[in-house]
Amino acid sequence: MHVKAQMSMVMNLDKCIGCHTCSVTCKNVWTNRAGAEYMWFNDVETKPGIGYPKRWEDQERWRGGWELDRRGRLRLRAGGRLRKLATLFANPDLPELDDYYEPWTYDYETLTRAGPSQHQPVARPESQITGRPLELAWGPNWEDDLAGAPERAGADPNLRGAAEEAVRLEYERAFMFYLPRICEHCLNPSCVASCPSGAMYKREEDGIVLVDQEACRGWRMCVSGCPYKKVYFNWHTGKAEKCTLCYPRLEVGLPTVCSETCVGRIRYLGLVLYDADRVEAAASTPDERDLLEAQLGLFLDPFDDEVQALARRDGIPEDWLEAARRSPVYPLAVRYRVALPLHPEYRTLPMVWYVPPLSPVLSMVEGEGSGADPDDVFPAIDELRIPVSYLANLLTGGAEEPVRVALKRLAAMRAHTRERNLGSEPDPALAASVGMDAGEIDAMFRLLAVAKYDERYVIPQAHAEVAGRLAEQQGSCGLEFPGGPGSCGVQARRADPLGAAPFGDDEIDLVGLLERRGGR
Amino acid sequence: MSRVDLFLWVALPYLCVAVFVVGHVWRHRRGQLTWTTRSTQLLESRLLRIGSPLFHLGILAAVGGHVLGILVPRGWTEAIGIQEHAYHWIAIVAGVAAGTAIVLGLAILLYRRVAVPRVRHTTTRSDLVVLPLLVLVIGGGMLVTVWGTAIDEYPYRTTVSPWFRGIFGFAPEADLMAGAPFVFQLHAVSSWLLFAVWPFSRLVHAWSFPLGYLRRSHILYRSRTPRAALARNRALDGRRRG
Repeated sequence: MHVKAQMSMVMNLDKCIGCHTCSVTCKNVWTNRAGAEYMWFNDVETKPGIGYPKRWEDQERWRGGWELDRRGRLRLRAGGRLRKLATLFANPDLPELDDYYEPWTYDYETLTRAGPSQHQPVARPESQITGRPLELAWGPNWEDDLAGAPERAGADPNLRGAAEEAVRLEYERAFMFYLPRICEHCLNPSCVASCPSGAMYKREEDGIVLVDQEACRGWRMCVSGCPYKKVYFNWHTGKAEKCTLCYPRLEVGLPTVCSETCVGRIRYLGLVLYDADRVEAAASTPDERDLLEAQLGLFLDPFDDEVQALARRDGIPEDWLEAARRSPVYPLAVRYRVALPLHPEYRTLPMVWYVPPLSPVLSMVEGEGSGADPDDVFPAIDELRIPVSYLANLLTGGAEEPVRVALKRLAAMRAHTRERNLGSEPDPALAASVGMDAGEIDAMFRLLAVAKYDERYVIPQAHAEVAGRLAEQQGSCGLEFPGGPGSCGVQARRADPLGAAPFGDDEIDLVGLLERRGGR
Repeated sequence: MSRVDLFLWVALPYLCVAVFVVGHVWRHRRGQLTWTTRSTQLLESRLLRIGSPLFHLGILAAVGGHVLGILVPRGWTEAIGIQEHAYHWIAIVAGVAAGTAIVLGLAILLYRRVAVPRVRHTTTRSDLVVLPLLVLVIGGGMLVTVWGTAIDEYPYRTTVSPWFRGIFGFAPEADLMAGAPFVFQLHAVSSWLLFAVWPFSRLVHAWSFPLGYLRRSHILYRSRTPRAALARNRALDGRRRG
């Protein structure tokens, strides 16, 4: 056994209001640069819908993630190493910009320069790449709140099997929920395995998956290799970029920007201890529907004495073990089983998990004036307009029972807590009917509904004692320059005697170099 | 031998090789952040999927041909039983095939670079230097193969090749090259210039062909070591004082 710590996230979809604050704050911090305009390290999708980039979940088309070969061994869906090298000059699985959208801005100058005229001046949209006027036809949240769903949502790859029959897209019967997405920081990341240059790596200490901007050579295999399409190609710098889980913030104990600014307080950050030796075996589980259980089987109980001893042996510091014991992710995923992974069938063992949305069930039942009697609620779970099968396609690789368990526990929690709020003692049979006890339900309620800041985010500081200095770099380490992100250290180490970065926007700028030298 | 000949066939090669070597050391140490293919497949895929493999595979074949025709002395190939006549035909057939692929590929890639607005707008100033040079080198190379070798049957293996090897043996014989047909001279000069701008352009990605990928393990871990953090802080301290 090899104990490793993984920083992971849970999002409570039941509380997501789809406000996009996470996306916008993330963009302002990380991808507000040339070449990165179209990148959304965090985006919020309306489900059902085809998402961003278009139909990213269709792995028949994009061939991301892993699959099992005939002998049951794990291999990259897009093919082996030789095939990767053979398709180096033109990657057949790479999405094009139009699969995301062409980034645009508006011609504000027309407004500011407009003289008196009979008609209102208009700021027309123009491409941020070519500067040409752009006919807007698609964007990162074009399908927000089911916009255009009657024509398009049927193309959602999760609508297959029973789900296809059951989902009703007519306006008055429609149902939707929001799915905020960031990089999954997988235990078995296929982007890392796809990178020919070895520029992508998983951090030993906290499992964050990063791209080394100095080592990336722009072969773009990671973009197609990631089944979640959360690695992006910067057309300006020619290198890949992705969500960093805001590691500079985590290292000093702060939550990610998307978590910190989440209005609905839906996000949880915490450590999970896992056995790195069994990752490959778990990812090779034959039946897709067993992958959730296999991944849960990797997670180690941070309260177990033996686990703690092994973790110490493997160099996990004491305060990290303490953080693992206080982690909100471990109970939500393992103890209460209300959090589920996103598309475990990609076999990457993703580490951003989701509490499935329950609200529509209850509003359906409560809207008709009935009480929150779980006898009314539980059957309703199977009659959801978005059926359990849809959530199962999304969150469990098609296994419906774990989704049902999670929804029933959430429903039981509501009924239980309502009893308490109304002044009567909840019936212990209610908790028992979903396999929990009153204490556990109260604890789950506290975590999910009260959701105190320091219970949602349990982030141990990075363990180089010197890392405290990172906080001092805040504000001195901008990302707005072309060629970011995060190359402060690089710039300092490679200070240029000519008085500027060796290459600015351009690779060869001999004129500029001579001018700078002449100026000295 | 005129001064011009001396410059073109002795000074220029050494100058360009020097820039090539020193430039690469500089680029390797300072320019990792921009060391990339600068692929534009994200912006346009349909044409690139035809043009890029044609061009790159053709170039790889052409490099092989150059090694055989220029680096390997005529005596060696004859020693292993390849007579001049056979060599000549191999060179022409393979050369024309590779050259056609390169020219086709380059034409497609140049067309998309000019005609596709997204690609045109991401063209860098270094591209504006490299692409015309590439056209010159490849056009010259094609002429050398078709006209110089196939039609004119100029014996470059006893003139151009020894001159080229002589440069690296520090015994350049400029006379050999001064008497060569113009297309050979054009191809040689433009190639030296291409080598000189190589380290300052996207061409450096040629050295990054990821052969290591075939052997490494799938999942990579890297530690965020205290030592690295210390070094970073020290560098920052230095900058603050300076």
